[in-house]
Amino acid sequence: MKVTLRNPRRQIDVPGPLGVQALLRRLEINRESVLVIVDGTLVTADATIADGAEVEVRPVISGGGT
Amino acid sequence: MKCRSCREPAVVEVRRHNAGFCSPCFIRHCREQVARSIHDYAMIDPGQRVLVAVSGGKDSLALWDVLLALGYQADGLYLGLGITDYSHESAGYARRFAAARDARLVEVDLPTDYGFDIPTGSRAARRAPCSACGLSKRHLFNAAAVNGGYDVVATGHNLDDEAAVLFGNVLRWDLAYLGRQHPVLPGGAGFARKVKPLIRLGERETAAYCVLAGIDYVVEECPMAAGNKHLGYKDALNAIEERSPGSKAAFYFGFLDRVAGLVGEAAEAEREGLHACPGCGSPTVADVCAFCKLAARAVRA
Repeated sequence: MKVTLRNPRRQIDVPGPLGVQALLRRLEINRESVLVIVDGTLVTADATIADGAEVEVRPVISGGGT
Repeated sequence: MKCRSCREPAVVEVRRHNAGFCSPCFIRHCREQVARSIHDYAMIDPGQRVLVAVSGGKDSLALWDVLLALGYQADGLYLGLGITDYSHESAGYARRFAAARDARLVEVDLPTDYGFDIPTGSRAARRAPCSACGLSKRHLFNAAAVNGGYDVVATGHNLDDEAAVLFGNVLRWDLAYLGRQHPVLPGGAGFARKVKPLIRLGERETAAYCVLAGIDYVVEECPMAAGNKHLGYKDALNAIEERSPGSKAAFYFGFLDRVAGLVGEAAEAEREGLHACPGCGSPTVADVCAFCKLAARAVRA
């Protein structure tokens, strides 16, 4: 699967199939801090991602807080 | 995972509610949470005009969308902060959102209207960029609301924002800031009421709301925010939340329910000392308000 990450934007290849939680553990990303979008569709943590999928791991944490 | 409401396949889970939602039920859930906050904290009275502080990011656009969906008379306010390409890009998201809904977007541009931008202002005043930015936004939101005849300024601060601010204030036991940390700050002479209707939604939920509602927002982080303390507090709280879902909500709403009333006196005493700034007329407790001081230093730089 092709996985797009942000801040900075970059793309990596990860072998699948793989569960969402397993993917985030592999990337060392806290599941509270991102959404996972597979082939344009938001998915839950129990979903399995097929090998050929396009995956976006989208951060949700934003900055200033004032 | 199934939707808690309709048992269709879920697309988003909210771990602190131990629940999953399909797209229509999640959108309804978010709107209900906002409506509940507005009701419980008496944020907006019927018929009042609301000015939504809009950055082009997920929280403010989600808030504007929800308020419009709930039937409020809500206009947007975009502040151009002069933060390189980021400001141009984020303005585009705000403008496209407004145009698609035929909603009114008021725009104020700091460099054009006040003669300085946030990078210059923060350097000149020797403030962290987020501090100079927050100070400027608070001042300009209020000024735009008062001058435009709006009753209420609504900001997109969510549960994560408020929990992180609370965490920082508790670490320093800053009673004055703790006394001001409430989802509603009352209006008064020179002040519009300020409200935070997203306090029952985490930022993962506001982001999911935007994705599911088809709201395009600026995903990239502000380049000036990288490494700030607030993000560090959020990381720390999310590490706790991952192990113990619901911790952030318990922390924040526990404060509101059991502590805020005990520390509100410091904020009330401060409000009693307010007078009009000779530079801009905004309320201040100092000789000249903090924004006018910042602007003077920035323009001289």
